[in-house]
Amino acid sequence: MTVHAAPQGDRLYAAHCAACHGETGSGGVGVPLSLPSFLDGVDDEFLRITIRQGRPGRVMPAFKSLSDAQVNAIVRHLRSWSDKPAPTYTRTPIQGDVEQGRQLYATHCAECHGENGDGGKGTGVAFSRKRAHDIVPPALNNRAFLAAASDEMIRRTLQQGRQGTPMQSFIKLGLSGQQINDLVSYVRSFELQQATPKVPHDGHVEAAISMESAYSLEETVENLKDAIISQNFIIIREDTLEHGLVREGEDDPSEKILHFCNFKFLYDALEVDPRIGMFLPCRVTVTEIDGKVTVTTINPVYLGRLFNNDELHEYCVEMKALYTTILEDATL
Amino acid sequence: MKQRLGGLFLLLAAWQLPVIAMAEDLIMTRSVLAFPEAMLALQESIAAHGYTVSRVQRIDVGLTGMGYETDKYRVVFAGKIEEIRQFTDKAPQLTPFLPPKIAIFAEGGQTVLVTINPQQYGEIAGDAIDPAIFDRWESDLRSIFHDVNSAR
Repeated sequence: MTVHAAPQGDRLYAAHCAACHGETGSGGVGVPLSLPSFLDGVDDEFLRITIRQGRPGRVMPAFKSLSDAQVNAIVRHLRSWSDKPAPTYTRTPIQGDVEQGRQLYATHCAECHGENGDGGKGTGVAFSRKRAHDIVPPALNNRAFLAAASDEMIRRTLQQGRQGTPMQSFIKLGLSGQQINDLVSYVRSFELQQATPKVPHDGHVEAAISMESAYSLEETVENLKDAIISQNFIIIREDTLEHGLVREGEDDPSEKILHFCNFKFLYDALEVDPRIGMFLPCRVTVTEIDGKVTVTTINPVYLGRLFNNDELHEYCVEMKALYTTILEDATL
Repeated sequence: MKQRLGGLFLLLAAWQLPVIAMAEDLIMTRSVLAFPEAMLALQESIAAHGYTVSRVQRIDVGLTGMGYETDKYRVVFAGKIEEIRQFTDKAPQLTPFLPPKIAIFAEGGQTVLVTINPQQYGEIAGDAIDPAIFDRWESDLRSIFHDVNSAR
């Protein structure tokens, strides 16, 4: 006898979604899902495709391993937060004037959604800071958004706005039905110029940056300190890799770690992605094995691939260059 | 009979699905507890799973000390010395990722935890380390996160 239990949407939501979107859909790292204006404005197909494809380069991962039944169960759970039935939209394209839409977009949309539809910056986690937008405006040029959103859905969003977010009703702003259609057509035209995700998922990327030092372990550590400071970092501390894991004095002295930080860089990076604790603090490991001294750091570009965040990738590229310079300065 | 028991087990397993993000590159969970209580639950669970907390990096203290406004943010390093030594010996490319860490930060009145899925370490180590170790790490981390998630 085989038992097939119906997937439980609440538990699937708790397992896969709540960490970012909040247990009750109030938002966090991810956008708020329980807003009535959101649930009343998007159809089930939008939710299903969004779960399946995520938002490439925009933090939201693609949940490819979930079965159709599991995805549907999550969608039903989201729907349980609204007492209204899910809207239904056709996938029929809306005809509008793209050029007129372009001009309207520049006037009414670009300030929040970006000149090219790139969306707002950062995530919903503010760390008590003041933010330009309480809710991050979505990237309209994202290929997964365009796959998920029908023209009709986009039009309805423009017509009604999203109560509880900065998105206003364009009818109330005075736009005509034709102008709204023009805007829909312009947003749809992003499909022809979609930004390619910047995070490299294909091809080999080394996990670590490693260089051999021509100096002794002690000399290399001192060289590193000078190189770190010259790149505008502050040295936080120096200890061994095993520090805290064994009793004091029993740690291996041939594995040193220098911890350092540029707090301005850190502050800015936290706004881009609150999960960057995985990179923290910046550090270089110096090891001596059989007289050979090696300095090693993580490769931020490698680690950054796990975050699905194009903005963060730019920081990772910069950090990789800084780490490389520090290691070269200390070892050459 | 065996099949019936298997079916029952599947039902129970589904019911006890841990409330943490599954099968992703990063493992995340949320606690309804405020930061100090969630931090305590995390450290207790780490110890209960046989790992040693080697350091807690107070990111928020560093930031506020430099004049930057921020909410609570810590990075907890934890491991087992014999495993750390095995890794640095057999897979030195893993060294800069050791000891493994968990980031924990306040989000309003709740707390969010995130860590790298240990399977990523397995990819870096290649054949040098028995993959069963990373399977166990992943299992332990999910269990630790489940403890924090369910703590009240």
